[in-house]
Amino acid sequence: MSETTTVHIADAKHATTHHGEHGHHQQSFISKYIFSMDHKTIGKQFLITGIVWAVIGGLFSVVFRLQLGYPDTTFPILETFFGKWAKGGQIQPEFYYSLVTMHGTILVFFVLTAGLSGTFANILIPLQIGARDMAAPFLNMLSYWFFFMAGIVMVASIFVQTGPASGGWTMYPPLSALRQAGDGQKIGTDLWLISMALFIVSSLLGGLNYITTILNMRTKGMSMTRLPLTIWALFFTAVLGVLSFPVLLSGAILLLFDRNLGTSFYLSDIVINGEILPNEGGSAILYQHLFWFLGHPEVYIILLPAMGMVSEILSVNSRKPIFGYMAMLGSLFAITILAFLVWAHHMFVSGLNPFLGSVFVLLTLLIAVPSAIKVFNWLTTIWRGNIRFTPAALFAIGFVSLFISGGLTGIFLGNTTIDIHLHDTMFVVAHFHIVMGVASMFGMFAGVYHWFPKMYGRYLNHTLGYIHFWVTIVGAYLTFWPMHYQGLAGVPRRYLDKGGWVNFNQFGELDKFITAVSIIIFVTQFVFIINFFYSIYKGRKVRTANPWGANTLEWTTPINPGHGNWEGDIPEVHRWPYDYGKDGREFIPQTEPVGASESKH
Amino acid sequence: MIKKIEMVNNATTKKMHPHKFILWVAMGSLIMMFAGLTSAFIVKSSQTGWKPVTLPSVFWASTIVILLSSGTIFLALRSFKERNITGYRLLMIATLLLGAAFIGLQWVGFEKLWDQQITFKGSGAGQFLYVIFGFHALHVAGGILALLVLVTKTFVEEVKIYSSVPTEIAVTYWHFVDLLWIYLLIFFLVFGQR
Repeated sequence: MSETTTVHIADAKHATTHHGEHGHHQQSFISKYIFSMDHKTIGKQFLITGIVWAVIGGLFSVVFRLQLGYPDTTFPILETFFGKWAKGGQIQPEFYYSLVTMHGTILVFFVLTAGLSGTFANILIPLQIGARDMAAPFLNMLSYWFFFMAGIVMVASIFVQTGPASGGWTMYPPLSALRQAGDGQKIGTDLWLISMALFIVSSLLGGLNYITTILNMRTKGMSMTRLPLTIWALFFTAVLGVLSFPVLLSGAILLLFDRNLGTSFYLSDIVINGEILPNEGGSAILYQHLFWFLGHPEVYIILLPAMGMVSEILSVNSRKPIFGYMAMLGSLFAITILAFLVWAHHMFVSGLNPFLGSVFVLLTLLIAVPSAIKVFNWLTTIWRGNIRFTPAALFAIGFVSLFISGGLTGIFLGNTTIDIHLHDTMFVVAHFHIVMGVASMFGMFAGVYHWFPKMYGRYLNHTLGYIHFWVTIVGAYLTFWPMHYQGLAGVPRRYLDKGGWVNFNQFGELDKFITAVSIIIFVTQFVFIINFFYSIYKGRKVRTANPWGANTLEWTTPINPGHGNWEGDIPEVHRWPYDYGKDGREFIPQTEPVGASESKH
Repeated sequence: MIKKIEMVNNATTKKMHPHKFILWVAMGSLIMMFAGLTSAFIVKSSQTGWKPVTLPSVFWASTIVILLSSGTIFLALRSFKERNITGYRLLMIATLLLGAAFIGLQWVGFEKLWDQQITFKGSGAGQFLYVIFGFHALHVAGGILALLVLVTKTFVEEVKIYSSVPTEIAVTYWHFVDLLWIYLLIFFLVFGQR
C-alpha cells in the first residue's frame, strides 16, 4: 500500500520495464504524438478527432436540412457525391433516415461525449488538481484508441453497400432488430452496435481514470472543497458514465443476439412484408428501459462538463468569486442523482403505467431546482462583475442563455399531459438541441478559447472568435426557435416530406429559412476551425504563464509544459480557487498561503 | 540527466494505490452491467411466452471449481508476500487452469441445455442464461489473461518486482468474478426456475 512508483518524467512508459538503464532517451514521434501517454496529448487527440467528427455530423445535418427546406427541388451535386442515395439529386428516404441517425449518433457520442469530456477531463484534471498524469496513463491511451477504433467502424458503416444504420440514434427495436426492415437495418446496424460497444469501452476506461485521478492524486492541500468546479463537474460526469454506459452495453448485447442469433429478447408477434416471424414473447419496451437508463444520464454526461467550465470561465472573466460554491457543488450532485431517476420520461407514450409516469414527472420537474440554482449562481457571479468579454467569456454567457431557453421547454415536456401532444414533434428537437446540443457546444467552445493558450502556448485569434460567437448564437436561436412553433402545431420529427399532411404543411417557407440559417452556421464553424489549426502553428505567442490572471493550478506550469507538467515539485495548495477581487487584490492564486490579516470568505 | 520525480505524491501514499482504486470503480461498473442484464431478466419474466430453465448439475461442478480457484489465488498472494516465487508460480498456474476448467464446464452446461432443445430460439430464462453466463465466462477469460501475464512476467523480467500491487489487483478481480458467479447462480436458482 505504501510504495511509491518512481518514474522518469520524460519517459514514463519505459520506467517500469527498464529499471537501471537510465541514459538520455529521446522520445520518438510515435510515442510522443501518436501512442502518447501524456494526458495533454491524449486530450488534444480527443479534441481534434472530435472536431473532425463535428464537421462530418454537421455536414449530414446540412444535407438533410436541404431535404426538409426544399423537398421538391433537386440538387444534382448531391447525386455526384452520394450516388444512388440521392438519385436524381433528391435525398432518398432510406438515406434521409441514415443521415438523421448518423447525425444524432455522431454528435451525441463522438463529439459531445468523447470530444467534450474526453478532451477537457484529460487536459484539465491532472493540471487543475496538481498531478503529473492520470492514475493509469496506459489505460488512458487505450481509451483514446478504443474511441478511434469506434470511429473507424462507424466510418466503415457509412461506406457499406446497404448504407449506415438508419433506425434513429436510439436504435429502437423492432425496427433496428430486423434485417428485412430496410437497407440500413442490414450490416450498417451491426457495425453501429460494434462501434458503440467500442465507444463504451473507451468511455469506461476514461471514466475509471478520471474518477481515480480526482480522488487519489490531488496535490498536497487540495481538499475536495478546494477543487475548481470544472473538476467537480468532470468527476460527476465520469460517475454518470461509469454507472450508466454498462447498462447500454447490456442492452446492445441483447440487441446483437436478437439480430444475429435468433433470440427474441425484444421481438414478438411481428408480421413483416406478409411474413409472420417466429419470434415470441419479446418486449421492445425492455430495450427502451435499458437504453434510456443510459440515455438520460448521457444528457448530463454531455452537459455537466460544459457547466463546470462555464462556472470557471465566468468567475475568471468577471474577476469575481463564483457565487455559491457549495450550492454549485450541491446542485451538481443533485443533478447526478436525479439523472438516474428520470429515464422513463422519454417513454411517457410507450404504454407506461400512468401512475409510474406521474412519479417520473415529479422527479423530472425536480431537476428544475438544481438547474435554477446553477443559473441563478452564474448570473450572480457575473452580476456587477468586472467582465472581460473574451471569446471564452462570451461563449460561457451564451451557454447560460441557451441553457435557460432550452431548460424552460423541458418543463413542458416533463409533464405527461403536455408530452402526449408534443412527444416526437419538432418541439422536442428544438428543446434538446438548444439545452443539450448547442449549449454544450458553447461550453466546449468556451473551454477551447479559454484553455487554448495552455494547450498550445498560443492564443486563438480573438476577432475571428467574436465573429464565430455572434453568428453562431444568433444562428442557433434562428434555427431552433421556430421549431417550437412547428412542434406545437404537431409537425413530427423524422418526417422527410410533410407536404402530404394538410394540418401541418404550412411551414414550407419557415423550413427554407431554417435550412438557410443552418447552412450559414455550418460555414461559420470553419472560421473557428481555420482559426484553431492556424493558431496552433502561427497564433500569437503566450508570453506570461498566467495570461487570464486565473487562480487555478494549470497556470503555474510552464507555458509549454512537458510530460509531468511541473518542472520542480508539484505546488502545494492553500486556498479555494475563487479568490478574485479579495482584499483589494485582483486575484490570489491557489498556491499562495493564507495571510494572517486576510479576510475570511 | 533526467530528473527523477515521484509519480505519486508523498501526501497521498497512505491512500489506496490508484490502480487498485481503478479496479474498484471498474467493478462497480461491471456490477451495473450485470444488474442491467438481470433486471432485464426480471422484467421479461413477468411477460407472456416466458419459459423457466432448470440448471444442469454441471453448473454445481463449475461452482466448486471456481471456489477452489479463489482459494489457490489467495494462497498465491500469500506466497508472493513470503517471497516464495516457486509456490507463487505453481499456485497461479493452478488458478489459471481451474479458471480454464470453469469455462470448459460452463461450455458443457451450455451443451446440456442445448440438447434439451433450449436454443437461442424464444425468449425465456434459457436465452438469458446463455447471454449472462457467457458474458461472465468472458470476464473469467479476461482474468485468466491477466494471470497469464503475471506468471509470464516472473519468468521473463530480469528485475525482481517486489510490489504486490499487480498481484493484489488480479486477486481482487478473481474473487470478484467468483462472487459474481455465486450471485448469478443464486439468481438463476431463485428466478430462473419459475
